[in-house]
Amino acid sequence: MKVTRREFIQISGATAAGLAVSSLGFDLSPVKAHAQMLKTKYAKETTTICPYCAVGCGAIVHTSQKGDGRVINIEGDPDHVINRGSLCSKGSSLSQLAENENRHLEPMYRAPYAKEWEQVSWDWALTEIAKRVKKTRDATFTHKNANGQVVNRTVEIVSGGSSALDNEECWIYQALMRALGLVYIEHQARI
Amino acid sequence: MTNHWIDIGNSDCVLIMGSNAAENHPVSFKYVVKAMKQGAKLINVDPRFTRTSSKADIYASLRSGTDIAFLGGMIKYILDNKLYDKEYVRAYTNAPFVVGKDFKFKDGLFSGYDEKNRKYDKKKWAFEMDKNGVPKMDRSLKDSRCVFQLLKKHYSRYDTTLVSTITGTPEADLNKVYKTYAASGATGKAATIMYAMGWTQHTVGVQNIRAMAMIQLLLGNIGVAGGGVNALRGESNVQGSTDHCLLFHIWPGYLATPSTKWPSLGDYLKRRAESKDPNSANWWQNEPKYMVSLLKSYFGEKATKENDFGYNWMPKLDAGKTYAFLDMFDDMYKGKVKGFFNWGMNLACSLANANKNRKAMGNLDWMVNVNIFDNETASFWKGPGMNPSTIKTEVFSLPACVSVEKEGSITNSGRWMQWRYQGPKPLGNSRSDGDIIMELGYKIKEAYKEGGTFVEPIMNLKWDYMTDGMYDPHKAAKEINGYFLKDCTVKDKLCKKGTLVPSFAWLQADGSTSSANWLYCNSYTEKGNMAARKGQEDAVNKIGLYPEFSWCWPVNRRIIYNRASVDLKGQPFDKKDWVIRWDGKKWIGDVPDGGWPPIGSLEKPDPKSKWAFIMQVHGHAQIYGPGREDGPFPEHYEPLECPVEKNLMSGNTQRMSPVAPVYGTDADAYKTCDPRYPIVGTTYRVSEHWQTGLMTRPQPWLLELEPQVFVEMSEELAKLKGIKNGERVLVSSARGSLKATAIVTKRFKPFNIAGNTVHQVGVPWCFGWRWPQTGTEDSANLLTPATGDPNTKIPETKAFMVNVSKL
Repeated sequence: MKVTRREFIQISGATAAGLAVSSLGFDLSPVKAHAQMLKTKYAKETTTICPYCAVGCGAIVHTSQKGDGRVINIEGDPDHVINRGSLCSKGSSLSQLAENENRHLEPMYRAPYAKEWEQVSWDWALTEIAKRVKKTRDATFTHKNANGQVVNRTVEIVSGGSSALDNEECWIYQALMRALGLVYIEHQARI
Repeated sequence: MTNHWIDIGNSDCVLIMGSNAAENHPVSFKYVVKAMKQGAKLINVDPRFTRTSSKADIYASLRSGTDIAFLGGMIKYILDNKLYDKEYVRAYTNAPFVVGKDFKFKDGLFSGYDEKNRKYDKKKWAFEMDKNGVPKMDRSLKDSRCVFQLLKKHYSRYDTTLVSTITGTPEADLNKVYKTYAASGATGKAATIMYAMGWTQHTVGVQNIRAMAMIQLLLGNIGVAGGGVNALRGESNVQGSTDHCLLFHIWPGYLATPSTKWPSLGDYLKRRAESKDPNSANWWQNEPKYMVSLLKSYFGEKATKENDFGYNWMPKLDAGKTYAFLDMFDDMYKGKVKGFFNWGMNLACSLANANKNRKAMGNLDWMVNVNIFDNETASFWKGPGMNPSTIKTEVFSLPACVSVEKEGSITNSGRWMQWRYQGPKPLGNSRSDGDIIMELGYKIKEAYKEGGTFVEPIMNLKWDYMTDGMYDPHKAAKEINGYFLKDCTVKDKLCKKGTLVPSFAWLQADGSTSSANWLYCNSYTEKGNMAARKGQEDAVNKIGLYPEFSWCWPVNRRIIYNRASVDLKGQPFDKKDWVIRWDGKKWIGDVPDGGWPPIGSLEKPDPKSKWAFIMQVHGHAQIYGPGREDGPFPEHYEPLECPVEKNLMSGNTQRMSPVAPVYGTDADAYKTCDPRYPIVGTTYRVSEHWQTGLMTRPQPWLLELEPQVFVEMSEELAKLKGIKNGERVLVSSARGSLKATAIVTKRFKPFNIAGNTVHQVGVPWCFGWRWPQTGTEDSANLLTPATGDPNTKIPETKAFMVNVSKL
């Protein structure tokens, strides 16, 4: 029968676990195989590319379709022609990036001179940011530079970021920043 | 990369220098090991014996900041021993070009130096043109002013003994490295270089890489399997973010950002130099098609011929001025910046001279931080040494989701664009960056409906990358590829309005096509989403191209400059690992770097053909590079902060790069040969953390593996200072200090520099006070100087002066 790399690893993993304990006098392999199957059998399986270095290793994400709908497991994709299932320590820990109690999950605001953050809503945050962008842009916009040349820009709003954005996000972000008249547009490539 | 990750496995010799690939690109080592199993030699050159060094056949140490001396010595070795690939050098490089009489080099300065403004007049380095307006050439390489002879003259000073006194590398090691690497000059042999920030983060960064590119050209290693100049980029999508030009000086597809040099669109579209050589591809004469198509993507129907496609709605730079990070934060420190978007970055830890940058942010009116975790930049106002009750900066901190929670593409270092899918939905109230950007854009447009300053670019910005009220990455990806905006006939084919453009060869300069990035035109076509492909078949030449797995730019060409991998008749130099081959009618193998037939002969080139290096004006690769700010040949200069009083290279009385940028605020102290900072400092990474550690330090497994910032030092230095392994010590520079845990190791050894002992230490830059929450582990960039490369303005964070002391 024709078996993909991924299926082979699943099958051999279950069998190897069973063989390891069968010398103890009882055979756990059907139990272990069943348990492994349960975890991912009903999960949604998607592929992704690791977000760290630029080798671009492929990984498989198993997402639960029940309960909280969160990540069950992330492992290397054996069908990816570059990493063939391998991942370094950072890629191997990817589930801890997604499922992490330290994650920033609500919009926050720090008022002038405040000692702490306060939680706010998305709508409030984005509306207030848009107000400040307009106020600062209108106050600092330069139609002509000191030499009388047309420049139509503001150098007093600046942007840094990001190589962590998807290509499509990078493009729309620079389009927005440039349409606002920013020239100070930079990111990690300059580091 | 000119080549790609899998191709490293085809190499006969791998040089890893300016990189610790085993540590920071671990999975790439699969291919280094593969090459070694097939007989390739691994050479590693590094100030410290690293994980990469432990696998190398040959390890050589060198003092941080002396790579040009090292590589210059290799150039001299290759020339003296005639190990260069003569056929390749004659046919494909500008070695035969004759340089004009104005070019000179004396006492470390090239001709045209303006001491007051610290700038060169590059016109002094121009080629001599013949009566046809084409550079004068001597293909026999004998003319005393041809590039080849000037190259010989320039590097005649780089003899191994002198190189050894500068770099601290034992002469025997230099010779071993040179001999092993230069063997790849033989026909059918290829060597590759894997480099990273160890080369870019210097005041001579670009020239480090130029030196290696020149070596690769001399040895015939460009365009071939197992060869190339392979930059190991450090971030999952820094290649893509660079291609889409989140940088001040370029627009998507590496088009120059409009500046006061080109007041109108017409001025801009005429800007590119044109070669009169009929065999030059004059590729950049296509630029008007790319620029106009890009403007159509920015402004859609609002961009018309009558309004110059919206060219003047967009901001312009002042010609000749830079707006890089070092400039940005210098202005911010001086109180000249009001608003700051810190979007997916952690500049409080990643930019050189962290104390200056952290103070600078206190001068802002407002900051918008978008990230997955809280970090040292968003919370700068409550960092060490900060008093929040005196800092008025408003900060909005928006939660971004992680990569597995959204759909879109990223581009790896090998230029492969790879699509990825959504697993779980964004956790909590986090959102994808795409959603946040779209909604912010809508809210700004809404705010401007009531009027305001210069509203046209904002109101006219095409902003429809949504489906059912949500950001749609497929819409953006298709825009990046580009559309036919009306029914038209191109290349005798009827192209219907609203269909996707097949490739950049179909783009037009009259406004009938759009393309948000010409380089990516061909990535999402009527055939589908090319980046999502997972084809497992290799190409006919079986060198690991995998042409149906993902998609790469340009037009899925996996090894660029590949028409230099064949002889003048179009037959591969390497019969076993061949990239392309002319079958009499067409090229087979990889996508050829231009489908024109082989050149045939140098004396009478086929008029239907083009020279191999199609992106260069004169079609030949640049051994002599007259376009850089700091000279057409790399020259050894010391880092701005260095342990020697004068440049030890003969014929050079300039201690440091005469054109490197420096800054003058009270936070910018530079100290050379100061007894308070006698030790060379450098920075690097660890495998378990990534960049500033923003994403990895909050993860329990990774933090357990690497819990604290450390300073690695030699046993000799530790003995001198009475420091024990594991002891907490203070590392300090003229700009700041850092408490770190001492690692006393054999991996660093003191250098012998012209008879003096010079010590070096290293600190990883992956820490910051926010995590771990003890607040005791901070950033190595507290030590580093705000100076950098004059071409790129990348900060010199790899070589500066420090001291280490007991607490």
